[in-house]
Amino acid sequence: MNTAPGAVDFLVGVALVLVVAAATAAALTRDPVRQSVVLSVLGVCLTLLFLLVQAPDVALSQLAVGSAITPLLILLTVRKVRRRPRAGAGHGDGAAKRERGSGR
Amino acid sequence: MSVLPFLAAGWIFLVGVYGMVTSRNLVHAVGCLAVAQSSTYVLLLGVGYRRGGTAPVFSDIPVGTPVVDPVVQALVLTDVVVGATVTALLLSLVIQIRKRTGTLDPETLTDLKG
Amino acid sequence: MSRRVRSTVFALAAAVFAVFFAVTCTELPHFGTADHPYGSRSVAAAVRQHTANVVSSVNFDQRALDTLGEESILFGAVLGAVVLLRRARDEDRAEPEPRPVLPSTLLLGAGLLPVTVLVGGYVVAHGQLSPGGGFQGGVILATGLHLAYVAADYRVLRRIRPLAVFAALDAVGAGAFTLLGFAGLLAGGAFLENVLPLGTFNQVSSGGLVPLVNAAVGVEVASGVIMLVAQFLDQAVEIDEPAAGGRRGGGAGSNR
Repeated sequence: MNTAPGAVDFLVGVALVLVVAAATAAALTRDPVRQSVVLSVLGVCLTLLFLLVQAPDVALSQLAVGSAITPLLILLTVRKVRRRPRAGAGHGDGAAKRERGSGR
Repeated sequence: MSVLPFLAAGWIFLVGVYGMVTSRNLVHAVGCLAVAQSSTYVLLLGVGYRRGGTAPVFSDIPVGTPVVDPVVQALVLTDVVVGATVTALLLSLVIQIRKRTGTLDPETLTDLKG
Repeated sequence: MSRRVRSTVFALAAAVFAVFFAVTCTELPHFGTADHPYGSRSVAAAVRQHTANVVSSVNFDQRALDTLGEESILFGAVLGAVVLLRRARDEDRAEPEPRPVLPSTLLLGAGLLPVTVLVGGYVVAHGQLSPGGGFQGGVILATGLHLAYVAADYRVLRRIRPLAVFAALDAVGAGAFTLLGFAGLLAGGAFLENVLPLGTFNQVSSGGLVPLVNAAVGVEVASGVIMLVAQFLDQAVEIDEPAAGGRRGGGAGSNR
């Protein structure tokens, strides 16, 4: 890179501040749905930091994992645990439709 | 500037652990664990950085150019992906806990088991 | 432990950690130092092994045994999640009803899916040359496939994602890594020693074993992540818990 070292240092500092702010926000966000959004912001900030410290390999995997997979899994978990179990009447109905065995 | 990245890593770790300690929801605790994990990435890459170095890939730069430390990058790289699968394992434990006990609050869980 | 005790313990531990960590930081080589003994040695080794991307060389050649360990963690985590999230005997499977999708979403998803899968394959295949490799490319491949869910619906995703195949591929990827390690032993060297011809520097086929190990990791990561997301999607979209009361009352006591 042919930018001056001072400029790179400054950019790294900015990225660090962003990462610290995003991490603090993510830990203090109590609602898991909102937290997953903040986590993906944290993922993007980390990606930026990794690019600036010349780690493109890590940046690529952080971008794919930190800003997509982890928040997605958290969202799916929240959806699962918040889903109301079906009402009692639906149960017999479901048993009729129930597939035997693991099905696939 | 010379210790700033390391201190930032320490702060991220502490704030992640703080989130876990005070968490009232296991899904939130797993998210905080992911935050605490990311502190190790910052610390390792901070240790491996070399001022003026480029990325350790020699496909478009001549061999011998100063590069940043590739060893820590390899460590972080595998850690990122493996960390995500471990997060997934924890989240599936959370789903099981919810199924079996009907709650996600660690304190209620302690009461149940106690 | 009550909330107050826990907070106090945390505050004390955090204070101790903060002080010692800060002191340690001042003793570390300062940020941006030019002195990287391990780094310089691994760069030299990578050039000797004709691998242009030093990070891939470290992962799949110089420290391949470590990566095998990481792979096993990944495999174990996927296996654990699959076991934990399998459908229990008292759970129902409810077919989700497809909802209409915006035409623009459908077009974008259908257009992006092949592109993403292609990019993922490229990133895996060029791991020894350019930034990328099995870990990153595998994740890109896995996420790309799920665009089908965004663009269409769950049933389309299920059709293009035969889980049995990916479960087998996951095992094949993990097994292939170990078998490639034995190639070194057979050739009279050490486990995971690079025994193939090294090829020309900066060509796709350079680096000896690196492209093969890299591909094995790519297959394992891609199918592992697909399996994981599939289990969670299954739980979130399809599997119904039994009606309230069945588990919640007796659940806590009955599984001691």
